[in-house]
Amino acid sequence: MAQLSQPLAGPQSPAPSRTAVKVRHLATNLVFYVIMAALAVVFLAPLLWMLTASLKPEYLVLATPPTFLPRHFQWENYQAVLKVIPLFAFNSFKLAFLTVGGVLIVTPLAAYAFARLTFWGRDFAFSILLATLMVPGIVTLIPLYIIYKNIGWIDTHYPLWVPKVLHSVTAIFLLRQFFRQIPMELEDAARLDGATTFQVYWKVMLPQVKPALAAVGIFSFLDSWNDLFGPLIYLNTLELQTLPVALKLFQGEFFTQISVLMAGASLSILPVLIVFFAAQKYFLQGITMTGIK
Amino acid sequence: MAVRAKALAQPATRSRISRRRVQQNLEGWLFILPVMIGVVAFYVVPLIVSFYTSFTNSDGLTQPQWVGLFNYQRLFTRDQFFRRSVLNTIFYVCGHIPLTIGLALILALLCNRKMPGVTWFRTAYFIPVVTNVVAVSLVWNFFFSPRGGVVNWFLSLFGVGGPSWLTSTQWAMPAVIIVSVWFGVGFPMVILLAGLQGIPEMYYEAAKIDGASAFGRFRYITLPLLSPALFFLSITQFISSFQVFGIIYVLTGGGPARATSVYIYYLYQNAFQDSRLGYASAMAWLLFAAIALITLIQWKLQKRWVIYD
Repeated sequence: MAQLSQPLAGPQSPAPSRTAVKVRHLATNLVFYVIMAALAVVFLAPLLWMLTASLKPEYLVLATPPTFLPRHFQWENYQAVLKVIPLFAFNSFKLAFLTVGGVLIVTPLAAYAFARLTFWGRDFAFSILLATLMVPGIVTLIPLYIIYKNIGWIDTHYPLWVPKVLHSVTAIFLLRQFFRQIPMELEDAARLDGATTFQVYWKVMLPQVKPALAAVGIFSFLDSWNDLFGPLIYLNTLELQTLPVALKLFQGEFFTQISVLMAGASLSILPVLIVFFAAQKYFLQGITMTGIK
Repeated sequence: MAVRAKALAQPATRSRISRRRVQQNLEGWLFILPVMIGVVAFYVVPLIVSFYTSFTNSDGLTQPQWVGLFNYQRLFTRDQFFRRSVLNTIFYVCGHIPLTIGLALILALLCNRKMPGVTWFRTAYFIPVVTNVVAVSLVWNFFFSPRGGVVNWFLSLFGVGGPSWLTSTQWAMPAVIIVSVWFGVGFPMVILLAGLQGIPEMYYEAAKIDGASAFGRFRYITLPLLSPALFFLSITQFISSFQVFGIIYVLTGGGPARATSVYIYYLYQNAFQDSRLGYASAMAWLLFAAIALITLIQWKLQKRWVIYD
């Protein structure tokens, strides 16, 4: 009997085992989902707390056990904070606009030249650029402060965007990588048609690296918007301050209420979240391109 | 005659060639001119000024005077706060780097599973990276609050009485490290994820056929093939974590009792609160030297563990 049943079970056995495999696969997936969701809660909790606290009446903010959302949203917190922050938001937007615009004009020019043009001193200039990456920012901070003081840049917006525009080395590296991947034939064809170098760059090459330009644009937007050291050190006048730094300076002064402070904090991360979600793909691509060459 | 004509023609073509070459050089330099001005104005000149300043008693107001090696001597011999800031920084680096890279690796491995919706989790882990340090540090400030703070409430669910994090000399630095890991893990995660996705599937299949365990596959396929990315991260994380500032500025202000006064925070205080620009410049150069030395050591050690194919 046993001998007989075995060959009979043979062709049947794959069916139950396939479902078994499927069930096991689903079960492991479920375990992974639970682990990953728990981790996601940890990572999002501070941001969710910020948002919910901004909608709560003050007495519920630090209540134990923590409450999730109040029954009635306290929009007054946002009204209160909007009386104070538009000026700082304007400063932040202005600086971000100047930085992103400037970087998008200056860096692709240099990146293209380093990737495709041959000229005297190119490799030397590039290695100097490389070397500046090794210098920690802190070493140049104090002398820059002294220099800015001498040329009257302290307490102006110039130190917060001009250096970022003229010296964004990572952006140049990233764009250079992209320019190098474009097939040579494209450029040669344009040159045979009698285009000047700038025309080749502007009409043929630049449109090819649009995704990289998007990544560079987002990087410099974040860099400008989230800058702490620069505004902290180079600005004295409160009216010139950026939104994130103003939050810190106002903590406990204007914003005696945590809920109002959190409304300000939520508004200060809103623009970067919008930019990030709009262009997440380019952003992540950009990081991996700078990380692994 | 013919010879003469040839001799006459040659300089003409040569000058045409050289004119083109001059034009090429000019064009190239025009393209990189703004950036090179930036490098000289914002790096080369400041480096020279900084080096000089580190040998003076500059305070940013009066005429600086040459003091030779005095600043450096003082740092090593007489400044207890400096020694404290070095030890604090080492504490921070030793906590931050293994936790960040370890957690980044775990998250990258999780996000590398082929499951529907996995990119949403990746986004969730990454989001802190794009937020600004002031806003999130303010939130963490309340998270760590001993009264009504979320962290201690969570611990109390397991019957653990949490410390008064930010006002405790013992727990303030661990709190800073927790925030820094939360804040910074997304970036290495994305890099490691890209590294994982670059490993050909057939390596794993071949190992499975040979009967390798899951751990064996991780140890002998994943880790070696990730080693270039891990090497890149260990270098960049070292350089950036030596310069931690923002979290500490907002979260603890270097306190309590200097328990979280790290190198850059102490430098900042010297330079911009006490106007000791010369002294702070000496600190900056010392840090530069330390970072360069550690990077060099890491570079030398890479032969032992980094595998390039």
